[in-house]
Amino acid sequence: MTENRNVKIKVEKLSLIFGKNKESALNLLNQGCSKAEILEKTKCTVGVDRASFEIYEGEVFVIMGLSGSGKSTLLRCINRLHKPTCGHIYINNEDITTKTNKELLEIRRTEMSMVFQNFGLLPHRTIWENAAFGLEIKNEKTGVRHEKAIEALHTVGLDGYENQYPKSLSGGMQQRVGLARAIANNPEVLLMDEAFSALDPLIKSDMQDELLDIQNKLHKTIVFITHDLDEAIKLGDRIAIMKDGVIEQLGTAEEIITSPASEYVQAFVEKVDRKTIITAGTLMFQKPVTLLIEKDGPEGALRKMKTESLEVLPVVDKNKKFVGFVWMNDVIHAAKQKHLDLVSVVKTDVPSIHKNYTVEEMLPLISEVRTPLAVVDETNGRLLGVVTQPSLIIESTRFDNEDEISELKEQAKEYFKWKK
Amino acid sequence: MEKIINIGKYIEIAINFLEEHLSFLWNAIDNLITWTVDSMNSLFLNIPFWLFMLIVAAIGYWAKSGKTAFNKSGIKKASGITLFIFIGLVLIYLMGYWKEAIETTTLVLVSTFIALLLGIPIGILSAKSSLANAIIRPVLDFMQTMPAFVYLIPAIFFFSVGNSPGVIATVIFSLPPAVRLTSLGIKNVAGEVVEAGHAYGATENQILFKIQLPLAMPTILAGVNQVILLALSMVVIASMVGARGLGSIVYQGIQQNNIAKGFESGLGIVILAIILDRITQAFGNKK
Repeated sequence: MTENRNVKIKVEKLSLIFGKNKESALNLLNQGCSKAEILEKTKCTVGVDRASFEIYEGEVFVIMGLSGSGKSTLLRCINRLHKPTCGHIYINNEDITTKTNKELLEIRRTEMSMVFQNFGLLPHRTIWENAAFGLEIKNEKTGVRHEKAIEALHTVGLDGYENQYPKSLSGGMQQRVGLARAIANNPEVLLMDEAFSALDPLIKSDMQDELLDIQNKLHKTIVFITHDLDEAIKLGDRIAIMKDGVIEQLGTAEEIITSPASEYVQAFVEKVDRKTIITAGTLMFQKPVTLLIEKDGPEGALRKMKTESLEVLPVVDKNKKFVGFVWMNDVIHAAKQKHLDLVSVVKTDVPSIHKNYTVEEMLPLISEVRTPLAVVDETNGRLLGVVTQPSLIIESTRFDNEDEISELKEQAKEYFKWKK
Repeated sequence: MEKIINIGKYIEIAINFLEEHLSFLWNAIDNLITWTVDSMNSLFLNIPFWLFMLIVAAIGYWAKSGKTAFNKSGIKKASGITLFIFIGLVLIYLMGYWKEAIETTTLVLVSTFIALLLGIPIGILSAKSSLANAIIRPVLDFMQTMPAFVYLIPAIFFFSVGNSPGVIATVIFSLPPAVRLTSLGIKNVAGEVVEAGHAYGATENQILFKIQLPLAMPTILAGVNQVILLALSMVVIASMVGARGLGSIVYQGIQQNNIAKGFESGLGIVILAIILDRITQAFGNKK
């Protein structure tokens, strides 16, 4: 899916070193010295250490890390508020590390807008004047400015506040103004630096929803900086985790949670509510042994069940479309009755799910029907795999809630009893 | 004690050199200041006393009440300052020092104007460049700690006696707070707001005029207030080199050992100081 998307921003071996002795610090860095060693030897701080990644058009790309991990520095390299020490950044395939100051002003005015942690609004200007700030810098006419600012304020849900001043607005609303200011410029890229970190939790969650709504309408390329993994997971199509200037891991939320690349990432991930992130696609057994409804009879089914030592098998048709499950008991019964096919014993009233179902969504299904869950393709109904109840339960036992775990264990016991 | 190093001599030589070779410049400055002070004096003195008082009172009222000028809360807020202006100016008038008070005011306004004209750009420079700051700061310290009387000597040397050396000495003495507070105001503008300017592609000038100066304005206005008060405090010293006004009456009082004269003119300076201070403070607090 990702292969045919356009690359909007490409970062190539980007390093940024603060301090006077950049050359020797860079040499040490390339020799593989650590950040601390370099600081000791050259008194230089490594902000970003050879970061390489691509950001696709229209995606929300989250850069996550603790303070001092270099995430904000990296963001500021993208609009060249910081000048990288070495490496390249391409925006629309144009290298911006070689641009002159004048060209940079133009890029910042047209291609990207930034949203700040503490809003960065001008207290002596009204809301609409703040929202129109980027346009004012571009020397647009007042009429045009006003019109576009009002439109942007409408997009962020701030109608009627045009003539107030920032200090009369709450934090969440001030950040909406910050967002409106960014949108009013109509840039292709939004750079958001801990944009919601200064807000209290409820407002923060509202703003995240608002941002996703806006993103659904506008389809910008968003680079979002945060130290909050929950926020990263909620907003990010892909997440890059940074530590000491290095990108430790890059992937979707699920990739990062299911296979953390390092202890650092692992430590982050441990606190996450996996239930809402792990999907059927990860849990399922791919290419399960299946029975063909048109071909396999009870005897064949029994043989397969014995070799696989399974009591339940999924049944598909010749297009690999999922039909239902058959149980060993029923198959034995059918064999005794000398049935030639499985049509009479296949249970078709079982739930089937799609790959993107989360554990949270799957749990209610297993407590009702004691079957594995068939994962089918959304478009053509083909069987992709099977999520067994034990694997769901194992996944679930990582939950924090003790009651939930014991309840699930009870269910599991019953399930196995019933199988015998 | 024997003098081993003779710094004073070198300074004297330097001043002599400047006086000799740049006399056209000093003459031009002298003429400009004298002309400005004289024409402002004659303008102010041609306005009848009562009208002048009304104008000052109106400025005071407007400065204090601001947007609420036409309703009750405005009257409540600004009645004090307005009343003080009426009583104070009437008192000066009745004591017979109106002309001198106007002369002093002119001297203060002209000095303040020049001090701000120089001080604010220098303050901006020192905020923007750490090199400039490193040079400017010790110079300011020097200017502020050097006894004000010392400035009078070269001032007379360049401009002879009269209002000009008074204005120049006053400008030198009152310049530092304009520089310092402008610089401080700009440096204290939140980094994020300035960064926002950069991020949206603002040029250095746009950042200065659209972000830094407007946000530094309260601090800069506090600097203006300080400049005015320092300028007022210089008027007595300036009168020693022939500057006219209430200061010269104080000076006469000292020379003649005349308590009445000294007290009345001193009181006049205090009244002017309070009026100028309250008005400029009110402008500063408006935001």
